[in-house]
Amino acid sequence: MITALRRKALFDISSRQAAALVCGILGLGLITIAGNVQASALHAAAHDVRHANGFVCH
Amino acid sequence: MIAKSLTSGIVAGAAAGLLTGLLQLSFVQPVLLHAELYETGELVHRGAEAVSAQLEWSGIDPVRDGLSLLFSMLIFAGYGLLLSAAMALATADGASISPREGAVWGVCGFVAAQLAPAFSLPPEVPGSAHVDLSDRQVWWYATVAVTAVALWLLAFGRGHWRVPAAVVLLLAPHVIGAPQPEHFEGPVPQEIAALFASRALGAGLAGWVMLGAILAWLRRNAPEDLG
Repeated sequence: MITALRRKALFDISSRQAAALVCGILGLGLITIAGNVQASALHAAAHDVRHANGFVCH
Repeated sequence: MIAKSLTSGIVAGAAAGLLTGLLQLSFVQPVLLHAELYETGELVHRGAEAVSAQLEWSGIDPVRDGLSLLFSMLIFAGYGLLLSAAMALATADGASISPREGAVWGVCGFVAAQLAPAFSLPPEVPGSAHVDLSDRQVWWYATVAVTAVALWLLAFGRGHWRVPAAVVLLLAPHVIGAPQPEHFEGPVPQEIAALFASRALGAGLAGWVMLGAILAWLRRNAPEDLG
């Protein structure tokens, strides 16, 4: 019984924590792709916005 | 909760990104285009003849400016998701953040994501001297991360140790120092570069305040059955 409770507690992250995790990962991915990845077409399209938002661009 | 955090982050980010993009196209882009004339050598600073500091507005470039608006919305959607994640962690179940408080959250996001990196790597006009890109990107990510942690400690930490700990985290990236160029080589007049940096930061602050307020409003008012 106690073991079962412990196991549940270990994996039972709250829905707020789950939301934070999912949003955090997606947000970081989006910023990396739109702001930092250097693929040439992406860089050209995002160029002005990267400069204007203080990303490291060149 | 997950769906609500996701959609409010993305929608608030897209809205704030559109508004910020328009602000940037009006106030930041003309300065950038002016700098590009010096980057390409079309205008020469400190050449034989004095160059007028005035520049006619070059009009709208539909493709270039449209892509800028699109990417502004994408980047702010990313900011919105990160801010939504932080708000989800900070608010107890059932509690919510008011739009006014959300604006303060936005200021903190601006400090972490734009002001702190700009303290040692100012927003650059095209043509600035620079060193290895990946070194600066690593420094940029690290600075944004430790600044965000420091602000979180100041806002939500317990115990007196949190203040010195936050100060150490805030100062560390700048004491260690961002990668700097060995030589100056920028062909762009300093007046343009300075105006660009302050306009970029000002538009960024406006964007983040709008983002924080819109996001808090959406998180409070979006229907709960969204998830």
